[in-house]
Amino acid sequence: MAEKLLKKGNEAIALAAIRYGVDGYFGYPITPQSEVMETLMEEMPWETTGMVVLQAESETSSINMLYGGACCGKKVMTSSSSPGISLMCEGISYMAGSELPCLVVNVTRGGPGLGTIQPSQGDYFQAVKGGGHGDYKTIVLAPASVQEMYDFVGTGFDLAFKYRMPAMILSDGAIGQMMEKVELRPQVQRLTDKEIAKKYGDWATTGKSGRKANFISSLALEARDMEQINLRLQSKYRIIEETEVLFEKHLCDDAEYLLVAFGSSARICESTVEMARSKGIRMGLLRPITLFPFPTRIIQAMLPQLKGIMSVELSAGQMVEDIRLAVNGAVPVEFFGKMGGIVFSPEEVLNAFTAKFNL
Amino acid sequence: MDTHDIIKPENLVYGKSKVLTDTVMHYCPGCTHGVVHKIIAEVIEEMDIQDRTIGVCPVGCAVFAYKYIDIDWQQAAHGRAPALATATKRLYPDKYVFTYQGDGDLASIGTAEIIHACNRGENIVVIFINNAIYGMTGGQMAPTTLLGMKTATTPYGRKAELNGYPLKITELVAQLEGTCYVTRQSAQNPASVRKAKKAIRKAFENTTQRKGTSFIEIVAACNSNWKMAPVKANKWMEENMFPFYPLGDLKDR
Repeated sequence: MAEKLLKKGNEAIALAAIRYGVDGYFGYPITPQSEVMETLMEEMPWETTGMVVLQAESETSSINMLYGGACCGKKVMTSSSSPGISLMCEGISYMAGSELPCLVVNVTRGGPGLGTIQPSQGDYFQAVKGGGHGDYKTIVLAPASVQEMYDFVGTGFDLAFKYRMPAMILSDGAIGQMMEKVELRPQVQRLTDKEIAKKYGDWATTGKSGRKANFISSLALEARDMEQINLRLQSKYRIIEETEVLFEKHLCDDAEYLLVAFGSSARICESTVEMARSKGIRMGLLRPITLFPFPTRIIQAMLPQLKGIMSVELSAGQMVEDIRLAVNGAVPVEFFGKMGGIVFSPEEVLNAFTAKFNL
Repeated sequence: MDTHDIIKPENLVYGKSKVLTDTVMHYCPGCTHGVVHKIIAEVIEEMDIQDRTIGVCPVGCAVFAYKYIDIDWQQAAHGRAPALATATKRLYPDKYVFTYQGDGDLASIGTAEIIHACNRGENIVVIFINNAIYGMTGGQMAPTTLLGMKTATTPYGRKAELNGYPLKITELVAQLEGTCYVTRQSAQNPASVRKAKKAIRKAFENTTQRKGTSFIEIVAACNSNWKMAPVKANKWMEENMFPFYPLGDLKDR
């Protein structure tokens, strides 16, 4: 029988890391995600799976530890919250440029600056548009439950290694801190160097043994070389946009109006949809699970049946820009959100919706 | 006896290390980097650890070190080499892991990373090239630039009240419990090259004994940015750098 536990979202991340055969976790304490490293230290996976867990001196250092570990072909991850992720953006850009897989978990809090420790989705742009310097993307998964916090560790690593690029779990303080039932998956064995080379290719810096020396860098001084690297990255991103979109639809079949929301906002919007339906409004909810790749085509395919869309976010309106790009003026796209750690209620969402669409 | 008679394998007294590639180095004539690369390659060859050594190169002139020493390399962001080396060594405890960093990389932007890697006692080797100037960006003030020294950003000489003092980071890391071997060497003549090589070999051997971090500073010349001919640069280094950065072991346990 499957093992079920009552856990916080942050604890689920830690347990998933051990169970998924992650090789290394490197992190720095920051609220509201410190339970990830605390749980790992309590579990002592170095004595069971051999997983390395290390508290770094800063987020800058932890992301660069990921860079080193990823160069070795290992499954390495970190977790942090908004200000810490800002510090990591340099390293994430380097890893995108060097085509290295890793998993970064952002349990976001309200910003800008030191901000607040309450939940927010104000890091959407940073996560989805790049965050660091240069033309790059990370695969972004947005969990809406503790179970998804657990499961997306595996999904994130699978995608990161498949495309050799960083993947991010974009969660928030609400999902990280709330407790829910979580079903643990069976233990996955950590891969040996030979298994890594066989599965993902012989590119890692494992010591030059029986092959040419491997070198990992994001540097290409010649513009023509750098252009080729950029073209390769962009073609990879196009493949991801074609093949890796994940989403969930709730009561969309007959919907005339669509709410689009991810993560904890989507949980709130589920109740809004029920309330709207009880008032005779044919409302549905689209929950993007991957924020990059964004479910652009899914939205476009729904346009003939829709009278309007409202993006609901814990921010000043960020994802709404991607929705508007997808819709391209075909139907009105409105926005409702709260900032600074304030979370809206289902009623507030419905009131905003009826006001904006004069219903 | 003509040249043909002399060039025979049995007469060979010196050869280039097999661990050095045939790529022509981009370093300026008179630069210390090439000599230190040679020493590292020789140590790796003599210890027979080419297949178990992973280098982490910096941002700076040595960003291209991977072209010259034929081992697996990671190229770090500016200053972050000790963080990469930390993870690499912890994930591969049986490999030899070293960083190769300049003064700007190690003692300015990467101060936090080097202090904490040394303080954790990571079982890595740190090769620190101190030529008191930023080489690759064109000769700006480094944390180790001497007082009075002219650079592109201290055109009238480094002044303590404006620029602070030169940082003796090697003395600093010697204070940390995590370091087992901290030494300052140079490589401007055969005797110093021999000493530096001995130190680097010892540092690589230390890492297998899990004794902690081995830290080797090489006081070096950047004749191009010092705007001196190579011979004069070495003489200037001996007369000006060595009094402030005295050579020798600071710690050996």
